[in-house]
Amino acid sequence: MTAADVAARFRDPELVRRLARDIARRDPGRPLRFMHVCGTHENYIGQYGIRDLLPPWLKVIAGPGCPVCVCPAAEIDLAARLALDHQVVLATFGDVLRVPARLSLFDAKARGADVRVVYSAADAVAIARAEAKREVVFFAVGFETTACTVASALALGAGPNFSIVCSHRLIPPALKALLAVEGPVLSGYLLPGHVMTVMGTAEYEVFPREHHVPLAVAGFEPVDILLSLDKLVEQVAAGAPALYNGYPRAVKAAGNVVAKARIAEVFEPCDASWRGIGTIPRSGLRLRAPFAAHDAAARFGVAPDPSIPDIEPGCSCHLIMLGKVEPADCPLFGNVCVPEHPVGPCMVSMEGTCRAWYQHRRPV
Amino acid sequence: MAESRSRTISLGHGSGGLLTHDLVHEVFGARLANPVLDGGGDSALLEVGGARIAFTTDSFVVSPLVFPGGDIGKLAVCGTVNDLAVAGAVPRFLSLAVVLEEGFDRDLLERIADSIAHTAAAAEVLVVTGDTKVVEKGKGDGVYLNTAGVGLLRPAAPGGAASARPGDVVLVNGPCGDHGAVIVSARSGIELSSGLQSDCAPLGGLVAALYDAGVTPRFMRDPTRGGTAGVLAELARGGACGVEVDETSLPVRDEVRGVCELLGMDPLFLANEGKVIVVVPPEQAAAALAALRGHPHGTAAAAIGAITAAHPGQVVLRTRYGGQRLIDMPVSDPLPRIC
Repeated sequence: MTAADVAARFRDPELVRRLARDIARRDPGRPLRFMHVCGTHENYIGQYGIRDLLPPWLKVIAGPGCPVCVCPAAEIDLAARLALDHQVVLATFGDVLRVPARLSLFDAKARGADVRVVYSAADAVAIARAEAKREVVFFAVGFETTACTVASALALGAGPNFSIVCSHRLIPPALKALLAVEGPVLSGYLLPGHVMTVMGTAEYEVFPREHHVPLAVAGFEPVDILLSLDKLVEQVAAGAPALYNGYPRAVKAAGNVVAKARIAEVFEPCDASWRGIGTIPRSGLRLRAPFAAHDAAARFGVAPDPSIPDIEPGCSCHLIMLGKVEPADCPLFGNVCVPEHPVGPCMVSMEGTCRAWYQHRRPV
Repeated sequence: MAESRSRTISLGHGSGGLLTHDLVHEVFGARLANPVLDGGGDSALLEVGGARIAFTTDSFVVSPLVFPGGDIGKLAVCGTVNDLAVAGAVPRFLSLAVVLEEGFDRDLLERIADSIAHTAAAAEVLVVTGDTKVVEKGKGDGVYLNTAGVGLLRPAAPGGAASARPGDVVLVNGPCGDHGAVIVSARSGIELSSGLQSDCAPLGGLVAALYDAGVTPRFMRDPTRGGTAGVLAELARGGACGVEVDETSLPVRDEVRGVCELLGMDPLFLANEGKVIVVVPPEQAAAALAALRGHPHGTAAAAIGAITAAHPGQVVLRTRYGGQRLIDMPVSDPLPRIC
């Protein structure tokens, strides 16, 4: 059996329909709202039309799971200014380029800044090695999934001309903060399979135990997503919140021990701001003292400008990222704010909720 | 704030998506308007001394210069030949302009020139005029090529998108996204153990096979930059009809799907360099499919959808689970996602 055959089984239309029927049969007689916090989940939910398969009492909403969307405008601006004013080589993941800020990285590039798209922190370290006379700054955006690759690149040894703008964010503190947000009650979390592959499940056990929140780790194929949703509904119906691992082929309880050790070696938690949401305690990462020389902000004596607005007037991205409203509720969605002219951060990356909704919208 | 409305050109303006479309219309279309240019096709259709010809030009700025299945020279021939072929013309003559960067390796230049010669011979076109310039080191990316081409139009050349009628069948001559997947893999350092190659190929012979089989396509377009989605969107926007595509009938190689899943891209938006989307009346669909499959560049041809009276101006994908979603013209080059 090839990898493609295995993948096909996780997309099998008959199995998908059967799971959808199983979920529909569990009707609890009240509306349920499950939140995922993963841009890749949102993208695949849209691409496969998963919401069309769900009963009307079951809603899957997107939380702050798009890493480039939650990165504050002031941190994007800081990266752009390093490239423009300090003439560094700014290496970045591609989907940050077009995210609006006072100055987007695309704007900076068009004004002559040396902004280069890379696929990993290791690529950026290699640029620094090859161009030893240039200062190379990697814009380290992303959750635990990318933090471990940056940590690894630094731990393995990066040149003195390499530094990072550290904009990493952590998922568990955000999940905890979301429980305190006013609004419709969340019935449970669909946990991000990629993050959990790195971090394991241990740090999430507190949610069912102390907060009585049902959890299900989900993979990314239609069968994975529906199976985990089914298990969430089952937990709610039974009144027995638990942590269900619906992605055991990738997620182990201990996670990736080496990756976690790298993160702990290089970074320490710090309070951090989420775009449009505000500061969440201990939800960010900063470099530990032995690696502080690689902190670009300190090296160039710059700091994020707190006066830069995260959300443009009229834009609902902050409410969308909290799951309070859906993209279709935003007055700008699909008319003023479209992928070619994004107003808010969620309309840019394919992981952004608005972009995914727009890209996969149904015909009228 | 959005780069498309700023006064500076960004890379997105060169991606072949909506940003390119708007820039070309606002800057050039507005100033150079004439009945031929306003036609908006990939080739200009002209009448010169009683002969009906197609005339087109294209520039090539690919990185890397050599990739599995081709190189910039082969691309430069195929790109222009294919623009002529899908206009319904028999490609005949090409020009070749070369902009070299100081310091460029002469062996590589000769390899590219060999490739141009081989591809032109295979495409049965002659390179009949040319130009060479050298720019200072640092002012070019190794080599840029431009080709222009002239072909003789067949009497039954296809119309534009407006010629499509409800019930017409949409065909493609093989799997989507091979070229784009090869290029993004090369740029991202993904090792393709499978031997996936660019589909780069001249399509004059394939189009001739269609006409030889008595097929008179209503619309043909090569889905290069902007991918299959871009051509389908153009087809829907340019006429009074809708387009419906069946996800299960869209040919995509497993390797291409794999690359897309690694990088967060959609095969529909990846470039092709040897593909053509053909719209034919329903009664010609079987003959057209047989003609495509009988040609070496069309063995995996498939009927992927139909023109509909419903949802005019929109492309609707029927998903494998019975859902529907719209397919848009891509905005800009596909950018790899974070995780």
